[in-house]
Amino acid sequence: MKTLKNMSKTSKTNFATYGMVIVVFAVLQLLGSDLIQRGGVLSPTLKGQLVPICAYVVMALSLNLTVGVLGELSLGHAGFMSVGAFSGTVAATALQNVIPSPGARLLAAVVIGAVFATVAGILIGIPVLRLGGDYLAIVTLAFGQIIKSLIENLYVGMDVNGLHFDFLENKIALAQGGKMIVNGPMGIPSIQKLSSFTAGFLLIMAALFVIFNLTNSRSGRAIMALRDNRIAAESVGINVTKYKLMAFVTSAALAGAAGTLFALGQNTLVASKFDFNTSILVLVFVVLGGLGRMWGSIIAAAALTILPEALRQFADYRMLTYAIMLILVMLCTNNPTLKSFFSSLAAKVKGSAKKGKAKGGEGK
Amino acid sequence: MKKFLALTMAAVMSVSLLAGCGGNKDSGKLKIGGAGPLTGGAAIYGNAAKNGATIAAEEINAANPNGLQIELRYEDDTHDPEKSVNAYNTLKGWGMQVFLGSVTSAPGVATSVEANADHMFYLTPSASSTDVLGGVVNPLTGTVDVERKDTIFQMCFVDPNQGSASAQYIFDQKLGDKIAVIYKNDDVYSTGVFNSFDAKAKELGLNVVSVTTFTEDTQTDFSVQINDAKAAGADLLFLPMYYQPASLILAQSAAAGFAPKYFGIDGMDGILTLEGFDTSLAEGVMLLTPFNADSEDAATKSFVEKYQAAYGDAPNQFAADAYDCVYAIYQAATKTGVTADMSASDICDKLVAEFTSMTFNGLTGEGMTWAADGTVTKSPKGMVIKDGAYVGMD
Repeated sequence: MKTLKNMSKTSKTNFATYGMVIVVFAVLQLLGSDLIQRGGVLSPTLKGQLVPICAYVVMALSLNLTVGVLGELSLGHAGFMSVGAFSGTVAATALQNVIPSPGARLLAAVVIGAVFATVAGILIGIPVLRLGGDYLAIVTLAFGQIIKSLIENLYVGMDVNGLHFDFLENKIALAQGGKMIVNGPMGIPSIQKLSSFTAGFLLIMAALFVIFNLTNSRSGRAIMALRDNRIAAESVGINVTKYKLMAFVTSAALAGAAGTLFALGQNTLVASKFDFNTSILVLVFVVLGGLGRMWGSIIAAAALTILPEALRQFADYRMLTYAIMLILVMLCTNNPTLKSFFSSLAAKVKGSAKKGKAKGGEGK
Repeated sequence: MKKFLALTMAAVMSVSLLAGCGGNKDSGKLKIGGAGPLTGGAAIYGNAAKNGATIAAEEINAANPNGLQIELRYEDDTHDPEKSVNAYNTLKGWGMQVFLGSVTSAPGVATSVEANADHMFYLTPSASSTDVLGGVVNPLTGTVDVERKDTIFQMCFVDPNQGSASAQYIFDQKLGDKIAVIYKNDDVYSTGVFNSFDAKAKELGLNVVSVTTFTEDTQTDFSVQINDAKAAGADLLFLPMYYQPASLILAQSAAAGFAPKYFGIDGMDGILTLEGFDTSLAEGVMLLTPFNADSEDAATKSFVEKYQAAYGDAPNQFAADAYDCVYAIYQAATKTGVTADMSASDICDKLVAEFTSMTFNGLTGEGMTWAADGTVTKSPKGMVIKDGAYVGMD
């Protein structure tokens, strides 16, 4: 009890975030199991969306690290997701015979996806992070397009002799029984599904662990100091490029892992899936959830992924309804009157809880 | 913030509960579902297919009030494979027994995997990629990249057939000495047709002088591609693509003073009804298509009239294919004694057996048959546009 009281506010929020993810996971697992009803009570739509939701949650967390904690706007985050998705899927297919266990293969693929995205993050980060503000946003936007174009011209085939790569034109000659894994602009025609909800849950927990530990460390404080006042931070000897790169690359690695998780939950994948719109969608999750607020990103990503599907009843007006709801939510969460109403409500609840506790005679 | 979200979600869910009350009762009708792009850039195809299928279902229900009745529901997939699986799952939750497939190819590849895993009968009107069916050899590499999905059938020509048929047609009719091709290389449909055209053209010794590509992002300006074809002295331009980019190519090459012969495929059908398109630009354009809205055939005439009365414009090939799909499923279902209370898996067994042995006459062809690999056999009609109308070529 005492340790809980002595805990800082950040630690409390962090543990509450872990707790929220675990509880939601447990509840959904229970609802999806045969315990209540054969086949579970979740609708097929929601069941099919669980893996993409986990992937988008990790994407939102990872972008929140760049936008909320580092304070730099990135508009090409889907590019890292794309790198992770394609490298991870190729790895998962190539390792088919080496690692027969699907769980271990998924783990290997996610790690490989994250490594490739890390490399991309470093390559982009070194020149780009010397820029700031709007310039960085535009350069990352271009980066997203470059990744998309590169992958649209990439051909990967596999046969008994191993992997074959080609660029721009498909001149790969495969031995008998070989198959194309990545088919240029047509993407990956067939993917063996390895991702599961449990794997997605574990990845979210891992992402939270990495982000919370980074932000609570010495480096994390340096990163936030850079965000709050770059000149002041530099004057006390903080290495700007190093700390910016640290946050940016961590963010890229997490996005790559999310991409692999996403790809291995799909039947087919094309590079154009990870375009500018996907980057903006993830940015919307982050802005809606609150900059630097990880639990907000989780809720926003999950809610905004489910919402368009939940609105199917509106038929022709579905996307219109979605857009209107998005505007309303954005307006309302920024409305000072509503904000003060909710905070006074929260204070009242807290106050009455304290009173109850005092009556119960709990002293120090 | 958290509370507000909770309230919003609660509101959404209560609305969905209310909306759910209407149609969820077991209606005693055969539930046929379909998914296609009803919104977004490809909406023109999804809505056409939806409208065509709706007319067929209404006709069937009106004609046999005591026989097998059909309930049709279409869901939006915005031409995105991820969303298409959501749409498919939504339909599954609704109790769908037969799936009319995805309208476009990339989503079709995704939903076909799901339908095959669920053992759900799948007849797509227009997702023509071979990856939808699976088990077809990639003409470029000679490999089978996707395994055959047994429950999947197509109503449209499969892409390679169109490409090789076009090359053969150009060769037989001696339509051009120097051929230029523009295709969309991030589109499964366009690339599939081009690959097989290319293979066949090499085999026949056609002289292809210029091959240029474009993507979804660059499909508004074709000056580079047109100049390349012009510089190479092409006298025939092959356009394996849908009619929207094709209409821009026609307009821009007219502006650039380039006037070759044009040859298109079934995706070109519909160019004459495109809003704001100057039909005189399409004068002399040749295309291979299974459906002709100006046909004098009684069934086609009646379909076109109904379609125009209900939706205001002339039906294209997508609408006709979807119309045929519903009738083909109905024919197979009545013949094998399918009833509305059967499970999707039982219906699938019966329909697969019947489809591989039956013959079907529809708007898009007479005497159609299906092979066990899911492809349809019907002959494309060569059409040429004269005075703003399609005319049979031979």
